[in-house]
Amino acid sequence: MIMSAFLRRIDGLGWVFLAVVLAAALIVPVLHFAMPPDSPFHMPIHAVSLWGKYLAYALLAISLDLVWGYCGILSLGHGAFFALGGYAMGMYLMRQIGTRGVYAHPELPDFMVFLNWKELPFTWWGFDFFPYAMVMALLAPGALAFVFGWFAFRSRVTGVYLSIITQALTFALLLAFFRNDMGFGGNNGLTDFKDILGFNIQAPETRVALFSFTALALAAGYLIARAMVTSAYGKVLIAIRDAESRVRFLGYRVEHYKLVAFTVSAMMAGVAGALYVPQVGIINPSEFAPANSIEAVIWVAVGGRGTLVGAALGAVLVNFAKTWLTGALPEVWLFALGALFIVVTLFLPRGVIGTWQHWRRQAADKKAANAPEKSPDSPAVEGATP
Amino acid sequence: MNAGLIDRIHGPDVELTHTILYVDGVSVTFDGFRALNKLSLVLKHGEMRAIIGPNGAGKTTMMDVITGKTKCDTGDVMFDGHVDLRKLDEASIANLGIGRKFQKPTVFESQTVQDNLLLAMAGPRSARASLFGWRNRLSDDLYDRTLETVGLKDHRHRMAGDLSHGQKQWLEIGMLLAQDPKLLLVDEPVAGMTDHETMETAHLLRRINETHAVVVVEHDMHFVRELGCKVTCLHEGSVLAEGTIDAVSANERVVEVYLGR
Repeated sequence: MIMSAFLRRIDGLGWVFLAVVLAAALIVPVLHFAMPPDSPFHMPIHAVSLWGKYLAYALLAISLDLVWGYCGILSLGHGAFFALGGYAMGMYLMRQIGTRGVYAHPELPDFMVFLNWKELPFTWWGFDFFPYAMVMALLAPGALAFVFGWFAFRSRVTGVYLSIITQALTFALLLAFFRNDMGFGGNNGLTDFKDILGFNIQAPETRVALFSFTALALAAGYLIARAMVTSAYGKVLIAIRDAESRVRFLGYRVEHYKLVAFTVSAMMAGVAGALYVPQVGIINPSEFAPANSIEAVIWVAVGGRGTLVGAALGAVLVNFAKTWLTGALPEVWLFALGALFIVVTLFLPRGVIGTWQHWRRQAADKKAANAPEKSPDSPAVEGATP
Repeated sequence: MNAGLIDRIHGPDVELTHTILYVDGVSVTFDGFRALNKLSLVLKHGEMRAIIGPNGAGKTTMMDVITGKTKCDTGDVMFDGHVDLRKLDEASIANLGIGRKFQKPTVFESQTVQDNLLLAMAGPRSARASLFGWRNRLSDDLYDRTLETVGLKDHRHRMAGDLSHGQKQWLEIGMLLAQDPKLLLVDEPVAGMTDHETMETAHLLRRINETHAVVVVEHDMHFVRELGCKVTCLHEGSVLAEGTIDAVSANERVVEVYLGR
């Protein structure tokens, strides 16, 4: 019943997207394991993890599109929620190292032994338990977004001011996580992971499984976001984006609507971060860097905000280009990224998918206009100006 | 509560509990500019009232005060005889049953005509209700009556942004109907409309008035005459004259204010 309610709301583009993502979850393991290494169809393990990273970014992009594309909240700090989810996963992975660390301490991660700490700080309690760590990957970003949003939206901070304080939020977290006495590994962050759920994190089987899980999470994230934006709730969100005060005069509590979207979006970003960390093998404070959050905004702009699928596509396209370009011409990448943003803003303001949808709608309108007139205006509006 | 005002305006037979809107001695100052100056206005249940006045007379500020957008410095604003509006925000006031149509037609342009009505339709407004509630399960024919009333039945699936100016005004009135408030505040509904549309709008507002109290702010005297209701003329933030359209337009001070001295 709930499932059918979900599925009814997916359009053609959404089906294509889901088909591609779910097919990837099934085909990538085949391409890696069943194809001989010299076959052109063989997918090397580093490529599997690279695409897994892209898909985690795609989930982050969808979460950002939910608040930016549909509610007009331009968050320049979504990387913070992504990184918090990543840290929750990283803390679980650190606890799994156990006695295999350099100092072979049964309980404390290496950096704590190095700092001469005697016992595990309370922030780390429970992180050896996987379900707890996953709940924290959702709750930590969710709670931060809730508290931040509660104050920001209630005070009616909007537009560029809100963007600036989201940017300040992620920058403040960057500085905080850099500090050794925060207890999250300081500058070096968390790395040198060994196992996840008892499986060797370096093993190809584990990495392929992580890829497939990321693809499934991306599909699930899309379904949740799509269900939200196509419901009456989503219509209110879009109305808030377009005419906020009008929505208030209709009796809606705008701040509650924003808060729900912002919190759900932050939790989704947290899941993306939690899936990202085991595939790249490290989480450190640089994930909080404001530039990361801005890059995520560019992905969404390139793909087309307010389309969800476009956001995911933009994340994959831009990161694919980034991988290629930072390999070929490393010094050019930042200029290319800046140029891309300018070009998209000036010439492709709807983004790739948005522009494509616009063309299709125009073609449909033209077709409808060429069809014989069937319904004259009702008498009440006969005198309308042409 | 000050019963003196009601006595002055309506005679002793009208009590506060019989009023849908009671505005008494309201003043609003913006940076030293007095937008409203001890404004008083009483509206009975089911009454229609036209508010006229030159630019800067305080017409829109008055609506802002009633709907909670602007807080007044002094004075009383009571709704339905017992609800103090000064303490409430926009959303609470809207949920009490005060609907507002803006001067510039503000419909949700990137959504269809039908979805605009859906957003306006009376019912629970919480985020949870809109995620899971009945608003997701409305059948198309629920909109038919409203769409027919405002003459947009053939446009239900069009984007509101693609409508003509007059159609947008009508859609906004349709949204007010869907919201079904006890009191409608309508700010310049016929601005930019053709004569024919203006007359249709007057007709429509009169029909709406059969079941709702209505306050209309308008410049177009032809239109106000068509409404056939009591007229209040504002000037510099307070009431200059009140009465029938003929009495008000014959009032020397009103003529003076409109023509300049």
